[in-house]
Amino acid sequence: MPDYLPHTEAELAQMLAFLGLSSLDELFAAVPAALRLGRGLALVDGSPEPDVLARFEALGEANRARSDRLVCFAGGGAYDHEVPPVVRALAGRSEFVTSYTPYQAEVAQGCLQAVLEFQTMVARLAGLPVANASLYDGANALVEGVNLGVAASGRQTVWVSSGIAPHWRAVLRTFAAGTGHVLVDIPLEDGVTRWPEAVGVSGAEAPGVLVVGYPNYLGCLEDIGAARRMCEATGAVLVVAADPVAASLLRSPGECGADVVVGEGQPLGTALSFGGPYLGLFAVAQQHVGRLPGRLVGETVDIEGTRAYVATLRAREQDIRREKATSNVCTNQTLMAVYAAVQLGWLGTSGLREVALRCARGTRFCREALLGLDGVEPLTGTTPTVREFAVRTPIPGRLAIERLADEGYLGGLALADLVGEDGDPSVAGDDALCGLLIAVTERRTRAEVEGFVRTLDKVVR
Amino acid sequence: MTAAGGRATSAPIMGSEAEPTLFELSQPGRRCWQLRTTGMPEWSVDDLIPAAHRRHEPVPLAEVSERDLVGHFTRLSHRQFAVDLGAYPLGSCTMKYNPKLCDTVAGLPGLSGVHPGAPPSLSQGWLQIFVELEDALCEVTGMAAATLQPAAGAAGELTGLLLMRAYHESRGDSRHRVIIPDSAHGTNPASVTLGGYETVTVPSDERGCVDLAALRSVLDTDVAGIMLTNPNTLGLFEEDIEAIAAAVHEVGGLLYYDGANLNAILGVVRPGDMGFDIVHMNLHKTFATPHGGGGPGAGPVAVSPRLVEFLPGPRPVRLPAGADADYGVVMPARSIGRVHSWHGNALVLARALAYMEVHGGDGLRRVAERAVLNANWIRKRLSGSYDVPFDRPCMHEVVLSAASLRKRYGTKALDVGKRLLEFGFHAPTVYFPLIVDEALMIEPTETESLQTLEALAEALETIAAEAAAGEPLGEAPRSTPVRRVDEARAARTLVPTFDARGGR
Repeated sequence: MPDYLPHTEAELAQMLAFLGLSSLDELFAAVPAALRLGRGLALVDGSPEPDVLARFEALGEANRARSDRLVCFAGGGAYDHEVPPVVRALAGRSEFVTSYTPYQAEVAQGCLQAVLEFQTMVARLAGLPVANASLYDGANALVEGVNLGVAASGRQTVWVSSGIAPHWRAVLRTFAAGTGHVLVDIPLEDGVTRWPEAVGVSGAEAPGVLVVGYPNYLGCLEDIGAARRMCEATGAVLVVAADPVAASLLRSPGECGADVVVGEGQPLGTALSFGGPYLGLFAVAQQHVGRLPGRLVGETVDIEGTRAYVATLRAREQDIRREKATSNVCTNQTLMAVYAAVQLGWLGTSGLREVALRCARGTRFCREALLGLDGVEPLTGTTPTVREFAVRTPIPGRLAIERLADEGYLGGLALADLVGEDGDPSVAGDDALCGLLIAVTERRTRAEVEGFVRTLDKVVR
Repeated sequence: MTAAGGRATSAPIMGSEAEPTLFELSQPGRRCWQLRTTGMPEWSVDDLIPAAHRRHEPVPLAEVSERDLVGHFTRLSHRQFAVDLGAYPLGSCTMKYNPKLCDTVAGLPGLSGVHPGAPPSLSQGWLQIFVELEDALCEVTGMAAATLQPAAGAAGELTGLLLMRAYHESRGDSRHRVIIPDSAHGTNPASVTLGGYETVTVPSDERGCVDLAALRSVLDTDVAGIMLTNPNTLGLFEEDIEAIAAAVHEVGGLLYYDGANLNAILGVVRPGDMGFDIVHMNLHKTFATPHGGGGPGAGPVAVSPRLVEFLPGPRPVRLPAGADADYGVVMPARSIGRVHSWHGNALVLARALAYMEVHGGDGLRRVAERAVLNANWIRKRLSGSYDVPFDRPCMHEVVLSAASLRKRYGTKALDVGKRLLEFGFHAPTVYFPLIVDEALMIEPTETESLQTLEALAEALETIAAEAAAGEPLGEAPRSTPVRRVDEARAARTLVPTFDARGGR
């Protein structure tokens, strides 16, 4: 029977004898007999590694949407970016993969320093002074950002732009059931948020937090300044959900007045991975450092004065504050943060900008070509878009995706899958049913985009 | 020195030279990125981004060659201890060996290259993995159904508490308090607060288990439930679990099982059979998915039949015969909603299923047996050198104490842990659980050999002897990449980025 257990039969006997036991069963004497399973677990029999690997290869074959088979135009927070061999080789080193939270800083300088470099890169992208060591994913970062904003403002009403991805808003709703936050969906007009008039918004109804995307999930560029002004008028905390790639072409959220920047870090070196593990990006203005969720690495010195790194501001964390904690996050996604640090090291100043520029070029090229087709209409008017865009086609989005897959394309995301067929405050019913959300990354060639446009023209008739 | 019989220590090979940050290695104009030739029109940024939104300077990042990049992160890796280097007896964290097979599985293009927004018809393989894993986890825990979405144990806890809340609310039953033992993980009370409940702490008795009388005295119909770890954080099985379950159910409360210590009982006893209603599992512990320096993990939550309709969605399911496909997704009738952006940490979930398939049911039982055997061997071997506050057979981990060493020689649990690093082992968990003075919590795991256990025990015995001989253990470690770090300075003068260093 294959396994990874080192004990020989002789050693088992020797160890049991040392303990004065005659069988392994006796190790479990404390477990009441009536509770014991009394049979083997009804699982498959153990299999040798080659058999297991072959089975998973077959399961992979059953995934038609794999990016080496279908040309990927899907986004919605997860993007088909270039992740070069050097990133996989370095971040995949077993010292990074098989270590744990750096409780013993003396033997964890590798991860700690890599995370400090990651924090530096995220803070620079966000235009804010402090970024944490990462959270689980973009939606989790958003939840934590809202919790921080509520704690800082002392008010539980949260105005959430409907330009925040519907699946992230869904997560926000789930966790609001526990915290009691009051979430107010603010609708879009031509793809950008139309904030209510500030006049009359005061007292208990005043928002404690505003949440807006940059760009939002439909690819539209929101007016962050307008959101900031609303915060000034109401005393709310501004949480901006930013895309880290687009951020390299856009004014930083921090410069535009964000108190908290959250984001999905997958575009920074993490494979599509069917949705995880990814990493949540989280940066804050200086005055919110004391409420920062999750882990934070800081620089210090050791007793000989040598530069060293350590997990710091530990007094914020759940294991010390226990029921007084404002976050229960224990781990972060260190390994994905290491991937991001290596990826951003590989790209450097010019490369990140080049990736974003190529995404923007491809997005414009694809959007213009699609809008040139009969029956394909924009869903967000003439509002400028980057990174992705939404269009309506003559047929339901789900049907278009199926037909495009038969022709070799993952043709975006069906908006009906994101918002439901009845739509939500971001997209109305008919647009939801027939809408496609399309992303073009730097990996898409002109020939691929032209082929996609031709094919879409064919399948929607 | 040649290690006999597969001894897992690492001391000689960790890098001692300081490594500059990537930013200090940067030379303006140097680069290593290479991107695909696309043939796209070369519109400028000005053509593409309206002036009001345009960034004027690029985001400053390091500018290095690929060779520099490789050197930097390889040298950093040499300054990082890991399971692959040596034993990692960090109590409560289950730092067992992570099979390389699972890395290969996670890297398969058919799994890692799939977009999470792909519809079920295009992701049948992934949905099959999820359904099979859910089935297997339910068999291991004795539960009816599970969600795989929670990304970590703490996320699982909060999901479980929201399930508890949804269940009571569906019955028009408003409850406000959740009970946890004083030995609980810190995430438990934090999760209780975020679940909208108040924490009530019950003490442990002199045997290290929940004090049943104290528990009964706080039970009433305002109690939504209790969160228990079994075996508990002292490594002891809660022998009164049936009575605890009966008492909590009596007042209409639910039992939540913190699966941090599930490794101890695989194939022996199941939370569902003990009476638990909600169970979270830490796949990164029990099912050997690597911890990644502190994440990613995965924290699926399994529930008893009466809670299935509240599970998060969309849920992967096996479709009835005659449907368009074998697998699909559904939203449970009274779902609490989504708890993850997508389906959870999918690649971690695939690793766990691969691990379970190699082991099979029998193999998982062997895992628990060897884990408990190793912990008890350590307990007995070290009972002469360290205090054993609860000296009876333990499960997968043992909590020792340096209280006597401290009293007699001034040597603290922290000093013991720091000195152990110099022997090429990771330190145990120290000062947890909180109810043990100078706690040293040791979890050897099943994948360490007898030779490794002997070397670990010898090291800890040597340290106790050094303490008795008056060696200044407060100065340890000396041979690690850095020596003890100034944590107070890190917090007082916060330098969370390279940019905050100023002139230092």
